Amino acid sequence: MLEQLTAELGDALVDHQLRAGDDLWVRIRTDAWRTAGLAVRDALGCDYFCYLSGLDWLPSPFGKSEDDPTEPPPERSTEVKQGVAGGETRFQVLARVESLAQRVGITLKVDVPDDSLTIESWSTVYAGANWHERETWEMFGINFAGHPQLTHIYLPSGFEGFPLRKDFPLLARIVKPWPGIVDVEPMPAEFEGDAEASE
Amino acid sequence: MLTDRQRLAYIAGQAADARLNVELETEGMTLNIGPQHPATHGTLRIICRLDGEQVVWAEPSCGYMHRGYEKLVEVRTYPQINTLVNRIDWLGSFANEVPFILAAEKLMDVEATPRAQYLRTAFFELSRIANLVLFLGDMGVQLGAVTPVFYAFRDREHVLNLIESASGGRFHPNFNRIGGLKEDLPKGFIDETRAAMKTVRRFCDQMEELLVGNEIFEARTRGIGVIPREVALQYGLSGANLRASGVDWDLRRDQKLPMAWDKADWKVWTHPDGDCFARYWVRLQEVREAASIVDQLLGGLPAGPIMAKVPRIIKVPEGEAWVSTENPLGQMGYYVVSKGDTGPFRVKIRSASFNNISVTPWVLKGVYVPDVITILASLYFILGDIDR
Repeated sequence: MLEQLTAELGDALVDHQLRAGDDLWVRIRTDAWRTAGLAVRDALGCDYFCYLSGLDWLPSPFGKSEDDPTEPPPERSTEVKQGVAGGETRFQVLARVESLAQRVGITLKVDVPDDSLTIESWSTVYAGANWHERETWEMFGINFAGHPQLTHIYLPSGFEGFPLRKDFPLLARIVKPWPGIVDVEPMPAEFEGDAEASE
Repeated sequence: MLTDRQRLAYIAGQAADARLNVELETEGMTLNIGPQHPATHGTLRIICRLDGEQVVWAEPSCGYMHRGYEKLVEVRTYPQINTLVNRIDWLGSFANEVPFILAAEKLMDVEATPRAQYLRTAFFELSRIANLVLFLGDMGVQLGAVTPVFYAFRDREHVLNLIESASGGRFHPNFNRIGGLKEDLPKGFIDETRAAMKTVRRFCDQMEELLVGNEIFEARTRGIGVIPREVALQYGLSGANLRASGVDWDLRRDQKLPMAWDKADWKVWTHPDGDCFARYWVRLQEVREAASIVDQLLGGLPAGPIMAKVPRIIKVPEGEAWVSTENPLGQMGYYVVSKGDTGPFRVKIRSASFNNISVTPWVLKGVYVPDVITILASLYFILGDIDR
């Protein structure tokens, strides 16, 4: 039912849709992101803003941060593979809005251009998007054109780097590698000698 | 006879009154509320620019407790993440686990056994009581009434003891498993719960007598910090904050989840006013409803196994799932992206307090300094739930 409405509203705007069980995903063309926000708010009656966040589809070059630092890191795939509703870029922004009257929600996704990393801001569509965009900017380095004040929200103001990007290492695991891999102490020499003697 | 000193003070006072009547000259100043303040439930700093006693601009500064859970979960397995998400809203920990486990189960196409669903729901409501009881007492403290908070700690103890007796953890039960619960109930649990629910109901009555009918309490909360329905929706407020603005929306009733809320008979309370009093009143009713849900569910508890059949090593198939539940603080949801591994590729944690607190720059504009505390207390946030 919502698919029809969405198609009616912006047949050119929507690139791809997918429905699984009770959820609805819609992918929006980058230049129509704000228009789509207005459309779901006004025409579809999705008045409740749930969240907005980012996705980084690059596989982590650090795996699960459980490598042995004394050995060269294993080869890992760098193939970017997007999830539900597809995509063409490494970064995507996803947002969820809900209609309280119809008791349904939509997850909207949008590709973020790799070169500019900028999409339109939703802060004038949903007031609550303001903080979520600040968080996404801080964690992924995605810019939101038209946002009133893109400043740090969690991290200290001088922080460098974007922590939720997959190529940002989990520093705690680098300072102290994960136990069970390098924490095992080598057997004392005398015991080794004993073992040899008994053989 | 007046001394010279007294006469001078009198003249100064008269002059001050005259000045007041002519024109109130004030000077702008910046006031930091927090990071350490009892109204912040953790460490939140509110930067207020004041004009006299009035706030002209306010902005919360969070991040003092940011632990980066969304990064940490990427290097952990699903059962390990359960212990992490426990610590998001630490007063209602059990309720944090449920949506995450449900999201993983949705991707795996596993459903908990009926007994586990009933118990999950019952514990969910117990953690709601443990959480909101503290709010009901704490709100009094923020307004200068100390008694309620002692009652709250006294009666919350019974609920925490119940959670501890079943799971072994008072604050962080870590009791959910994919496919069910860790263990079945201990002996005598149901009888003890009935007694505890009686205590909780008595506590609610006491709060009603102590605060709701109290003249000072009403004067401090009625008409203060009004959030209209449209603003609440725009900012994504959820839970009791939204229902206090007159929106009849409760995820326990309004969505289909493999939980047992529909097996009990209860009511969603709303209040049309949207002020601090409404938020208090709605939560008070919610605790009563939660106690009734617990009683009903434990009364009709089905027999059977506590765990569904799941593989020993949990690998979640590729896909994306969004599950949210009505947590004590509001809508809490997880967007889980799996690539078919033992751990998720990405998890977006949508916590209630982050949205609830994002309305403060709007709602604090123009209020008086003492009301700032009332409004913050009535919005009711937990810092772990904002910062994650």
